[in-house]
Amino acid sequence: MPDRPHYYHHHDLPRFGEIKRGARELAKKFFDWYGAVFSEGALTAREKALIALAVAHAVQCPYCIDAYSRDALEKGSNLEQMTEAVHVAAAIRGGSSLVHGVQMLNHVDELGM
Amino acid sequence: MGRVLPTLRKQGSPLAAGAAQRDLLARIPLPRSFADALRSSDLYPLRPTTIEILQINVGKRCNQTCRHCHVDAGPDRVEVMPRPVIEACLSFLERAHIPTLDITGGAPELHPDFREIVARAAALGAHVTHRCNLTAILLPNYADIPALLAAHRVEVIASLPYYQARQTDAQRGEGVFEASIVGLRRLNALGYGRGGGLILDLVTNPVGTYLPGSQAALERDWKRELKRRHDIEFDHLYTITNMPISRFLAFLEDEGRTEQYLTRLVNAYNPRAAAGVMCRNTLSVGWDGTLYDCDFNQMLELPVSAGVPRTIFDAERAALESRDIEIGPHCFGCTAGAGSSCGGAVAGLFRR
Repeated sequence: MPDRPHYYHHHDLPRFGEIKRGARELAKKFFDWYGAVFSEGALTAREKALIALAVAHAVQCPYCIDAYSRDALEKGSNLEQMTEAVHVAAAIRGGSSLVHGVQMLNHVDELGM
Repeated sequence: MGRVLPTLRKQGSPLAAGAAQRDLLARIPLPRSFADALRSSDLYPLRPTTIEILQINVGKRCNQTCRHCHVDAGPDRVEVMPRPVIEACLSFLERAHIPTLDITGGAPELHPDFREIVARAAALGAHVTHRCNLTAILLPNYADIPALLAAHRVEVIASLPYYQARQTDAQRGEGVFEASIVGLRRLNALGYGRGGGLILDLVTNPVGTYLPGSQAALERDWKRELKRRHDIEFDHLYTITNMPISRFLAFLEDEGRTEQYLTRLVNAYNPRAAAGVMCRNTLSVGWDGTLYDCDFNQMLELPVSAGVPRTIFDAERAALESRDIEIGPHCFGCTAGAGSSCGGAVAGLFRR
């Protein structure tokens, strides 16, 4: 096995297309769909890049953070807009944990007197 | 405005010389050469279509020292187009029936004969475009320039990298954004960009090592934001890719990002953009009268190919339109993504 000091390598990002090696048709369907998703529609390409950046942080994907930091800048977003998008992701992540506290309260209420 | 940075020339940087820049670029390992890319698009050798624009670089003097400047312009530069060259340019414009005179620099209005060049070119019936940095027109002794431009219906193509101060000042110098807004207000007050026929275009370069996005989408955002924030209006936004030469090349070298940036440009090669590159319809004249395929080749000291007229004094349209265009790795800057030119993104349309 080659010596790889980390699971993540930035030079693997441009190799994404190699995923077709094991399932060419599935890869084609995925990349066609992916391209269609990000094209200008009811949302602008710039808005979609900001959503992608936020989701990249929510799923904590370094490849996606790399790609969509660049893409958001290229689409004309600025640091303030990008940071607010990341805060939205963080708020949803934090809020999704906290709102489960209601389940905790339900259990506490059921178990208590 | 804040501190003005020294030019590469003033710093004594080896990259002040075009030949040194070409040598450096030639040593960068790239996935393929520009000639190979052109061959893949059936565009090699690259030839002009027709000369529609005579672009004259009237000198390298500028009141700003932007970090990405491909001219290495600045207050310490002394190159100024002399009278005989100006006369030869106007003579060629007239006898070759070139529709557009594009005046660039430096800050062109700092040339002592700028007013006369504009008036005479307009009198010849040429469409005149002026590459404006938005702050030179605020300097003492230049306050009359906007009215002069309006009087001759000159199209103003003004540089503004972003609609906010932080990004603009990072590229162009502290305080430049605020001064640029003052310059834009003066132009708007004269009717520029207000829909009455005086055309005001803005040009944006990315503030960093990324490519510009969709010109149409950015234009929508810019129009909305400049109107909302500053009540400023303009006609078109042109996106231009940072060219890996001169000061931007020095920046890439300082940051260790030259190969990464060049590779990105190569991988983003767009055949449609290649077909519309500006060198196919533009002839570039240096301050000393030397002819070039574009302003970038001019700064790399790479004149038009041997065997055709190489100065404006002996320029001849038919011969120049049959030349092979000189190319190099930097040309990938004009063909990446949607493409880039002095008229903005080129894929699909050269000029609106």
